[in-house]
Amino acid sequence: MSADTRREKAARIRHLLDTEGENVRENASHFNENRYDAIDEFDEYEELRTTVREIKEDAIERLPELIETVTESVEANGGNVYLAEDAADANQYIENVAGDAETLVKSKSMTTEEIEVNDRLEQSGVDVYETDLGEFVLQVADETPSHIVGPSIHKSREGIAELFNEYFDPDEPLETPEELTEFARDYLGERIRDADVGMTGANFVVADSGTITLVTNEGNARKSAVTPDTHVAVAGVEKLIPTLSDLQPFVELIARSATGQPITQYVTMLSPPVETPTLEFEDSDAPLSESDGDREFHLVLLDNGRTAMREDEQLRETLYCIRCGACANSCANFQHVGGHAFGGETYSGGIATGWEAGVHGQESAAEFNDLCTGCSRCVNNCPVKIDIPWINEVVRDRINHDESTEFDFLVEGLTPDEEPGGVDLQKRFFGNYADLAKVGSATAPLSNWIAGTAPARALMERVLGIDRRRSLPEFERETLRKWFTARGGSRVSPTDADREAVLYPDAYTNHIEVERGKAAVRVLEALGVAVRVPDVASSGRAPLSQGMLATAERHAHDAYADLAEQIDAGRDIVVIEPSDLAMFAGEYEKFLPNQSAERLDDNSYEVMEYVYGLLENGADGGQLPAGDGERVAYHSHCQQRTLGLEAHTVAVLEDRGYDVLTSETECCGMAGSFGYKREYYELSMDVGSELETQFQDEAARDRTVVASGTSCLEQLDSLLERPSRHPVQLLDPDR
Amino acid sequence: MSDVLTTFESSLDGLDVETTRTDGDGFAEALDDAIREPAVGVPLGLDDVSLADTAVTVDPTAAELESARTGVTPVEAGIATYGSLAVAADAAGSEPVSLYPERHVAVLREEDLQADMDEAFAWLGEEFAAGRDSYVFATGASATADMGEMVEGVHGPAEVHVVVLQS
Repeated sequence: MSADTRREKAARIRHLLDTEGENVRENASHFNENRYDAIDEFDEYEELRTTVREIKEDAIERLPELIETVTESVEANGGNVYLAEDAADANQYIENVAGDAETLVKSKSMTTEEIEVNDRLEQSGVDVYETDLGEFVLQVADETPSHIVGPSIHKSREGIAELFNEYFDPDEPLETPEELTEFARDYLGERIRDADVGMTGANFVVADSGTITLVTNEGNARKSAVTPDTHVAVAGVEKLIPTLSDLQPFVELIARSATGQPITQYVTMLSPPVETPTLEFEDSDAPLSESDGDREFHLVLLDNGRTAMREDEQLRETLYCIRCGACANSCANFQHVGGHAFGGETYSGGIATGWEAGVHGQESAAEFNDLCTGCSRCVNNCPVKIDIPWINEVVRDRINHDESTEFDFLVEGLTPDEEPGGVDLQKRFFGNYADLAKVGSATAPLSNWIAGTAPARALMERVLGIDRRRSLPEFERETLRKWFTARGGSRVSPTDADREAVLYPDAYTNHIEVERGKAAVRVLEALGVAVRVPDVASSGRAPLSQGMLATAERHAHDAYADLAEQIDAGRDIVVIEPSDLAMFAGEYEKFLPNQSAERLDDNSYEVMEYVYGLLENGADGGQLPAGDGERVAYHSHCQQRTLGLEAHTVAVLEDRGYDVLTSETECCGMAGSFGYKREYYELSMDVGSELETQFQDEAARDRTVVASGTSCLEQLDSLLERPSRHPVQLLDPDR
Repeated sequence: MSDVLTTFESSLDGLDVETTRTDGDGFAEALDDAIREPAVGVPLGLDDVSLADTAVTVDPTAAELESARTGVTPVEAGIATYGSLAVAADAAGSEPVSLYPERHVAVLREEDLQADMDEAFAWLGEEFAAGRDSYVFATGASATADMGEMVEGVHGPAEVHVVVLQS
């Protein structure tokens, strides 16, 4: 990416932050909080997630068979099924069905956005009306959805009122939500009654009964489906589920995951053509019982790349998506900038990378894929358990490879990674950070002086896209390992110890945040643990986050090789940096044999989790300093939270007598290298502002700040005047 | 059964949906109290009660449907834990009659209450098997937040009232 491109990208993001950010943030955060509340109150959540995951895996596996089944069942019901190869094919069929129709009304459907059917129908002379109020606003405004569930969440009530007043010029200007809703209902009600064709999407299609399921709140989908005599439902082939009983868990999960409602107002399950009498509002002398009941139904099943996605081992999981938007709502970047930045041609949010790469092509995904920082907050919130960060990393890797050129061999020979030459220099810089850190420490403080000078920062910004407003981490001349050796190794000998632990010297702890490493060593020793700090390969987190998968995999093999022997010797692996632990617990499954990944995962602990376990199992905490009621503001790390390990730190600190307040944000906004990048610096700071606000308000202003992740600490340093440190440093006997 | 009914009523209360308990004798009066005229309806298909003795126009024209303030329909099941009503997309027109007017009055036999979603889907499975394979689970009034705040009564009814028939 050139410096100009980065600048343009930064400007576009800044524009969206200014114009749409506030509305998106309010609405997406609202969905997000409601979802957490709804799930808290729903005991079957995890069980049903497992169930729906299995149903989806099975359905996609059996997809060709389900397509045959649904074709038979819909035809037996008296309807028609058309399997459309791509958007053009689907549109052609729909145009033929519409024939000489004058008006077609639609309910909300992202799949029809994907094929842009409205444009096609308008060209052939059909007036198309979106009847979902959010979609209607966008149709009037001539804009695209900014969210897959709430398409117009980027618009304020004032903005909609202004738009409607200008466009429709009503006798009395519209102002309140009630007035706007009533106006839209009346306007669209008339269109629905006059319409020749009704078009809906489908949230689920039950194959063996030919049942279209629509999950809605407004009632427009019901009206669109049964008011006109002809109903066209457009659904991606992945919407098929085998039987009615498979539908139940989805019904119980989808609304909770989307908006936090236990169920939507209407769960419409129609096996069309339905028996509902046809409605002739103009020729109105006949009672309903005398209607001719002559209805037509067409199910358009859309492939448009889905078969290829199914055959793609990495993209296949995307087809399990039920489009609830939970990945968008739980994403800090999305909450701040919305789907117009964090989205491609049609889809938005974390899972959009999979959808866009699959249905529109990699270029569309490349536009926004970097906005997924791999923070993993979406992972536990996805009702179908899709590994959304992984899909983003895989597609990023593919994009990197596609950008390779014929001169790549020149670069390949000079870089320490496994990637082809086309990989963006910025990505390569951050992806090889562990190697850089070695040189940085070896040449410190000179490396820090040079890197900190204005000309160096200008050069780094231009060539590497590292924003000069960010302060750079400073390398320590004496690494953690050197310090450890110089002090004569562990002060607790293995023979006196109940347990022996390897403190994993990640690149940051070893070269930059050395103090937290020293504190960790002393805390473990104070609890009677013999400590080792051996040379271990870096986890591969840095290259993974840049989409350098081959390099990440090589690191995984090396790190495992370094640690396996330690595990065999009965030593526990203690990790300070949560993002490295998350690699061991998560992505290593993709890189290593199952047994190896499991072995490492089973024997690795986050440092405060380990301290918690030691204290719980009777270790004497007497040597650790008492908190004496010291007030602490704690920001856990996004991946640490996903692993369920925030509570351990809080419990340990409270046990030592600290008064702990925890942050409420999904992510600090720094997310490893993300906040350093020229194009994302402002978004990163905007996301961070939430944490800043919370930690600067009255309840937190005087609190000692602690955070578990390196990049969180860096972000907090730039957001707050007061210093921050790792929680283990509060337990340091030398404190 | 009364526990299930209590749960159902409490779920409906949370949705701002009123319920009236009645029996065969009190039905006509209870229904007339629940409707706002003009009211249209579809035949209830029940043995001991009918809309004949009420102010409801049964089997309306589309124009009557459009101008009605209340639509009265039977509902084939209720789901207690969710407060949902199963409206059949039947030939009598329960679907549009429950949908178009601003107020929906649903008539449910207590014995057709299902305790939870498991029971409801078991029941629905039997209905599908019997060829009645188009239903709407309707829960509360139609709603939108698309205009900046939650507003009830969008394309569907703004008010829902359930008349529970006890034997």
